Amino acid sequence: MYATNYHRPSSIAEAVALQSASNEAKYVSGGMTLIPTMKQRLAAPSDLVDLRHIAELKGISVNASRVRIGAGTTHAEVSASPELAAACPAICHLAAHIGDPHVRHMGTIGGSIANNDPAADYPSAMLALGATIVTNAREIPADDFFTGLFETALEDGDIVVAVTFDMPAKAAYSKFPNPASRYAMTGVFVAKAQDGSVRVAVTGAGANGVFRHAGLEAALSADWSADAAAGVTVDAGDLLSDIHGSAEYRANLVKVMAKRAVAAA
Amino acid sequence: MGVEGIGARVARKEDKRFLMGQGRYTDDMSVPGMRYAAFVRSPHAHAKIRSIDTSAAKDMPGVIAVLTGREMLDDGIGNLICGWMIHSKDGSPMKMGAWRPIAHETVRYVGDAVAVVVADSMGEARDAAEAVLVDYEVLPAVTDAVRALEAGQPQLHPEAPGNLIFDWQLGDSDATDAAIAAAAHVTEMRIVNNRLAPNPMEPRAALGIYDSAEDHYTCYTTSQNPHVARLVMSAFYNVAPENKLRVIAPDVGGGFGSKIFIYPEEIVCLWASKRAGVPVKWTSDRTEAFLTDAHGRDHVSTVKMAFDADNRITALKVDTIANFGAYMSLFSSSVPTYLYATLLSGQYAIPAIHANVRAVYTNTAAVDAYRGAGRPEATYLLERTVETAARELGVSPAELRRINFIRAFPHQTPVIMNYDAGDYEASLEAAMAAADWNGFPARKAEAASRGMKRGIGMSCYIEACGIAPSAAVGSLGAGVGLWESAEVRVNAVGTIEVLTGSHSHGQGHETTFAQLVAERFGVPIDSVSIVHGDTDKVQMGMGTYGSRSGAVGMSAIVKALDKVEAKAKKIAAHLMEADESDIVIENGALKVAGTDKSVPWFQMALAAYTAHNLPSGMEPGLKEGAFYDPSNFTFPAGCYIAEVEVDPETGKTTIVQFVAADDFGNIINPMIVEGQVHGGIAQGIGQALLEGVHYDPETGQLLTASYMDYTMPRADDLPSFKVSHQVTPCPGNPLGIKGCGEAGAIGSPPALINAITDAIGNNDLTMPATPQKVWAAALAAGN
Repeated sequence: MYATNYHRPSSIAEAVALQSASNEAKYVSGGMTLIPTMKQRLAAPSDLVDLRHIAELKGISVNASRVRIGAGTTHAEVSASPELAAACPAICHLAAHIGDPHVRHMGTIGGSIANNDPAADYPSAMLALGATIVTNAREIPADDFFTGLFETALEDGDIVVAVTFDMPAKAAYSKFPNPASRYAMTGVFVAKAQDGSVRVAVTGAGANGVFRHAGLEAALSADWSADAAAGVTVDAGDLLSDIHGSAEYRANLVKVMAKRAVAAA
Repeated sequence: MGVEGIGARVARKEDKRFLMGQGRYTDDMSVPGMRYAAFVRSPHAHAKIRSIDTSAAKDMPGVIAVLTGREMLDDGIGNLICGWMIHSKDGSPMKMGAWRPIAHETVRYVGDAVAVVVADSMGEARDAAEAVLVDYEVLPAVTDAVRALEAGQPQLHPEAPGNLIFDWQLGDSDATDAAIAAAAHVTEMRIVNNRLAPNPMEPRAALGIYDSAEDHYTCYTTSQNPHVARLVMSAFYNVAPENKLRVIAPDVGGGFGSKIFIYPEEIVCLWASKRAGVPVKWTSDRTEAFLTDAHGRDHVSTVKMAFDADNRITALKVDTIANFGAYMSLFSSSVPTYLYATLLSGQYAIPAIHANVRAVYTNTAAVDAYRGAGRPEATYLLERTVETAARELGVSPAELRRINFIRAFPHQTPVIMNYDAGDYEASLEAAMAAADWNGFPARKAEAASRGMKRGIGMSCYIEACGIAPSAAVGSLGAGVGLWESAEVRVNAVGTIEVLTGSHSHGQGHETTFAQLVAERFGVPIDSVSIVHGDTDKVQMGMGTYGSRSGAVGMSAIVKALDKVEAKAKKIAAHLMEADESDIVIENGALKVAGTDKSVPWFQMALAAYTAHNLPSGMEPGLKEGAFYDPSNFTFPAGCYIAEVEVDPETGKTTIVQFVAADDFGNIINPMIVEGQVHGGIAQGIGQALLEGVHYDPETGQLLTASYMDYTMPRADDLPSFKVSHQVTPCPGNPLGIKGCGEAGAIGSPPALINAITDAIGNNDLTMPATPQKVWAAALAAGN
């Protein structure tokens, strides 16, 4: 690891000031991606601005049907939240299956979506739930937020403060983990909103990161059933191929995981 | 047996310090003035070095020295060598290319060292390493051994035209061909044995300390055989003469073969310590380990197995291409030859066998022994082929094996080995009973009702351990003898130190070897200390690999104990005025049989050292040494059965049952033996289902350079193992033991692949059987 300067702000304003004081500063939350990358000398921020001690980023709340999860909430906190278990158990299940216990007690929802790893779990939930990403400067619909591999609509200095979404009528997440990394080789989040509309988001499989699958959404809108998901043709054309799985294999997994998610919802 | 003697499940003495974080590994060593080394490594798989500019690096903070291969050459440091001579079938010696510890002209794999930086801190050393400017002329690379033999491929070494190191054969080609031509049935297969990275928990490390006052070197290193390291560094690399070089392998966190070999880094640390005038320590990081630790396996073979009308195997013909990587590692040449082809008879009476093996250079890390070393490759090839033949012949896999089992011993195979003892049917029966083989169809039907494909597969393995009779291996090309040494020192108060040339890096020698002494003298194992791993303490030894520490290392201890016992009895007889032949040793005392006369063990020991009242002419003291050279290999064997469920939708395999029935001969500590079997099976499951080294075939970049891409077995990948032992004592050594360290890794892969192919109804499947591959194979079979 290269030498870096560590900062521990206690407010968003302080964090922004620290970050803007240097061209090479980076925010760090759980650090589950950034710190290993730095250890491998693949990243060399001059300054690390730690967001883990800012009260404004904490907390889970459910008001009427609107769910709000503070960006600094760890995966372990999400997985164990009674409010979320009542409002959207699918997201508790998702969080409970990220990484291992160490990761779940360090990693945060804000860090995960800001990093937008193409095999991370949370981005699929945000897309399928039609979530809003709330930053210190703006509110960004999930559909506009995830823009590519490790790329988001966040601008320099933006801090994810929270995510919000409407409690779904039904939702579930099904993941096939990469045997080596245990990240999602393919993960599918299905959600049926209170108004009956269906959104299906896929992580791990897309060549360009997380995406919604129109074919699955149409089929499940017409018939919310595992069989309907199983009948959809998934095009391998835009999917990822690597040593762990071909695009064709991932296309199969998209369908199978969608089917299993619907069955579990 | 006593509670601490042979056969007792004694908890490992060494575990307290390991569990409390008090182990002392090479990286824990710190000496005054010590500095840190970082290597500059080639980012290219194949390139000419045009120039190396170290000037910027030398100006970096904390830098003491930046050294290159040219300076190493100037100082007369020799090439790394392979210590086992193989001759091709045309009589020519193997074609070994030069391996410089630091490359100065050509780099041949990603990770090849091109310079070393010594600096005040590890961080400063790494910073400066990045500032070394190397101008490369990138050359085309080849990583696949089959391709590397083709015309027009990149050439690695001028000494080895066509990248061919040797083209070797064993057995009778004509007789084998004739038997195949006359066969009632021939099963033909192409078998790939996947390349593995060894991944010991402790990465390699070295600390070189040069003492200018004495012109003496000390090397702390992660070695399975520190004496061999000293011998080779002294005799071949010209680092220092043996009397000026002390090698210490302290606690070592696993080796699996990869720490047998001498690597560039320990040579460089010693040399750099003199050059830079400071002790120099290097510790590999995990990606460096993936890049530079010697890999294992990587064979591509074709096989023909011939049967007569009674389903007896009449011949076996094997053609193997073995990937050696960019350089010939220390024992690389022995692995696909005398540790492989000699085991191709398996547990079966096969009249004619012929094996042809071509060893090939490629732009990849060196390949050498990895847990099992040649024997897993032989077993996988044989047991996949036998299982396939059973399917083709419509015979049950157990029945086909039974028809062909060797049942009379000793048995001379057509491929050198002379099996001394065994009962293969006993292990087969035990395994089938433990697995409830006959209940499988009902379990398969139940699984089918859940949409799961259930399969069962077996493997009957044999291995040659207790490596090895020195004269025999010498005649086959080994550069060293493979005996072992021991010294037993009884202290004046009766406590005992056993010095052994074996080296423990996870095997539990401190416990097992002490049990041997406790059994013999009736003393508590806490009064016995095992000393190993230091060339200043133990005079000479050949180290630990090839499941040899029990059969060879403990046999040497037995020989030394025999001498100690004889002298102790003489002393006791003298003290009690009894006849030496009437003395027996029981519960820590020397007794006159049939009387109540006895002398406690400690009193006898004290008498040996006071020398006030010894038999006339006897030398004082009680210390005896012995060298033991085995008369034959030992032949552990057994039967493994795997039962799996495949999810046809995802291709994910779940191991629902795994049975191991092993014959290791007599067992000293069943708990430690079971642990060895568990670990071996875990590694075999890793090879069969999870692990595989991938290089980009065009660029030679290592794609599996971290645990993000290289799949190590995790606890939830493994079932509980049903382990049992059948015992036919080994007639070749005094303890009747055969060795257990590698069996799990040898026997398990074919059982697993046989089970998966049974489940999906498609025999065309290579290791590792990843979900993707199993899904595709199941799909191709119409599932």
